[in-house]
Amino acid sequence: MSDIADKVKKIVVEHLGVDESKVTPDASFIDDLGADSLDTVELVMAFEEAFSVEIPEDAAEKIATVKDAIDYIEKQKAA
Amino acid sequence: MSGTATNGRRVVVTGIGVVSPLAVGAELTWKRLIEGQSGIGRITHFDPSDLPAQVAGQVPDGPTAEGGLTLSDWVPVKDQKKMDRFIHLGLAAAIQAVEDSGWKPEDEDDRCATGVMIGSGIGGLQTIYDGSLTVSSGKARRLSPFFIPSALINLISGHLSIRYGFKGPNHAVVTACATGVHAIGDASRLIQYGDADVMIAGGAEAAICSLGIAGFCSARALSTASNDDPTKASRPWDKDRDGFIMGEGAGVVVLEELEHAKRRGAKIYGEIGGYGMSGDAHHITAPAEGHEGAFRAMKAALRNSGGLTTADIDYVNAHGTSTMADDLELDAVERFFGEDAKRLVMSSTKSAIGHLLGAAGAVEAIFCLQAIRDGIVPPTLNLDNPARESVIDRVAHVAQQRKIDVALSNSFGFGGTNASIILKRFKD
Repeated sequence: MSDIADKVKKIVVEHLGVDESKVTPDASFIDDLGADSLDTVELVMAFEEAFSVEIPEDAAEKIATVKDAIDYIEKQKAA
Repeated sequence: MSGTATNGRRVVVTGIGVVSPLAVGAELTWKRLIEGQSGIGRITHFDPSDLPAQVAGQVPDGPTAEGGLTLSDWVPVKDQKKMDRFIHLGLAAAIQAVEDSGWKPEDEDDRCATGVMIGSGIGGLQTIYDGSLTVSSGKARRLSPFFIPSALINLISGHLSIRYGFKGPNHAVVTACATGVHAIGDASRLIQYGDADVMIAGGAEAAICSLGIAGFCSARALSTASNDDPTKASRPWDKDRDGFIMGEGAGVVVLEELEHAKRRGAKIYGEIGGYGMSGDAHHITAPAEGHEGAFRAMKAALRNSGGLTTADIDYVNAHGTSTMADDLELDAVERFFGEDAKRLVMSSTKSAIGHLLGAAGAVEAIFCLQAIRDGIVPPTLNLDNPARESVIDRVAHVAQQRKIDVALSNSFGFGGTNASIILKRFKD
C-alpha cells in the first residue's frame, strides 16, 4: 500500500471513528462507514489539509469510497 | 381540582440530572453541596493570567464513578468534535435525567408525546471563538461543516431527541441567566396544554473560556478580589462580595404529566407548584431599585399555584449571585413574604458552585427538590458578615435540617428577565 493510501486510511479512521479493518478500498463513506453528508465534507477538508491539495466541490462529490479518495489524491500529486 | 391549574393536568418531576463544579451526578453534587464543599478554583481551561478574574467553577475531569467528567461515557468519541462543550455537558445531564426517570417510549404515540426543551444562556462561545480565528487567518474554506451545529443553542435538544427518538416538541430557551427556570416552567406548560406528556427540560452552560471571562470582566460583573483564595470568592449577601463567579455545567429534569407517571409507577421527586415571569423594562444588566421585577415574578408564580400563599413556602433558593444585586433581591423577598419572612429560610447555592448562567435555574430547581426530599437546606458559604441584616435566615456556612414542603427558586437574567418557579412535595 502506498504512503498516500496509508495516510488516507488513517484520516478516515480518525474522523469517522471506525475500526481500521473496515476501511477497505471499496468501502463507501456513507453506506459502509456510517458517515453523513457533513462528515464527508469534513473528510475532504482533512484530505486537503493533510496532502496540501485543492479538491473542488464537483470533484469532492465524486469521492464516495476510500479508493476514490486515494486515486484522486495520487493523480493530483503525480501531476 | 388540586395542584396546578391549567386543564387540570398536573406536572411532576420523575428524573433529575446534574453536571456541576462539585460533581457529575445529581446525588454526588447534592451530597458535596450539603457537606459545605466548594467547587470554585483557579481557572485551568485556559491561562487567565491576563484577566482580572481568574477563578471559576469548572466541572472536574475524572472517572464517572467518582463524580468526574469522562466525556466518552456520555458522547461517542467520533461525535464529540461536532459539539461545543455546552452540548457535552447538557447531554451528560439529560442522559442522567432520562435514565433516572426510567421513561422509554415504546411506540410512535409515546415518542410523539415526549419532547425536549433544554436551553443555554450563551451557547457555543469557544466554538465561535475558534471558528473566527480560522476565518480571520484566511482559512474560511477550512471552517468545519460542524461549526454551526456545534454552536447553536437548540442542538442539545436536537441531539437528545435523535439519541432517544423523542419526537414531541423540540425547543430551546435563551434568556441569559433565567434560561433554566424558563425552560422548566415553559415545558411544564406544554404538558399542561397537552402538547406533550413528558418533557425533558433544563439548561446548560460552558462559557469559561477567554472570551466569556473577558466579556463578563468588561461588564464589571465578576469577582476579582479572591484570585488567591478561590473558595472564598463567591459570597452572596456578604459585605465583602465583589462580583459573581462563573460556573459551568447543566441541570435537566424529566417533567411528566401526573397520571402518565402514575400509570408506569414512576418515582416522583415533587410537583411543579407554580411558575411566574416578568420583565424589568429598566436596564440591560442592572435590576431596578427594590427589584420590583423579582417581586412580580414571585407574585406571578404564586398566582397560578392553585391556592398556595407565602405562608406555605418554606425555602427560597435565591438568585443571589454575590453581586450588589443580592440585597435588591433580598428587599423584594422581604416585601413579598411580609410577616411570613420571619419563618422563611433562604440560601444561595451559587456560593458553592458559582453562577452557571443558563444552567443555574435548572440546577437550583433540582436542589429544591432534593431539599424537599431529604429535609435539608443547603448552606450559603462565606456569608461571614451580612451587608445588611434581615429577618430571613440565610443559612450561613452550614446546611440545616428542616422540613421543606414547598420551595421557590428565583432566576434573573441580563436584559431584565425574571423567572420564579415553585416546587412542592407531591401529595396525591
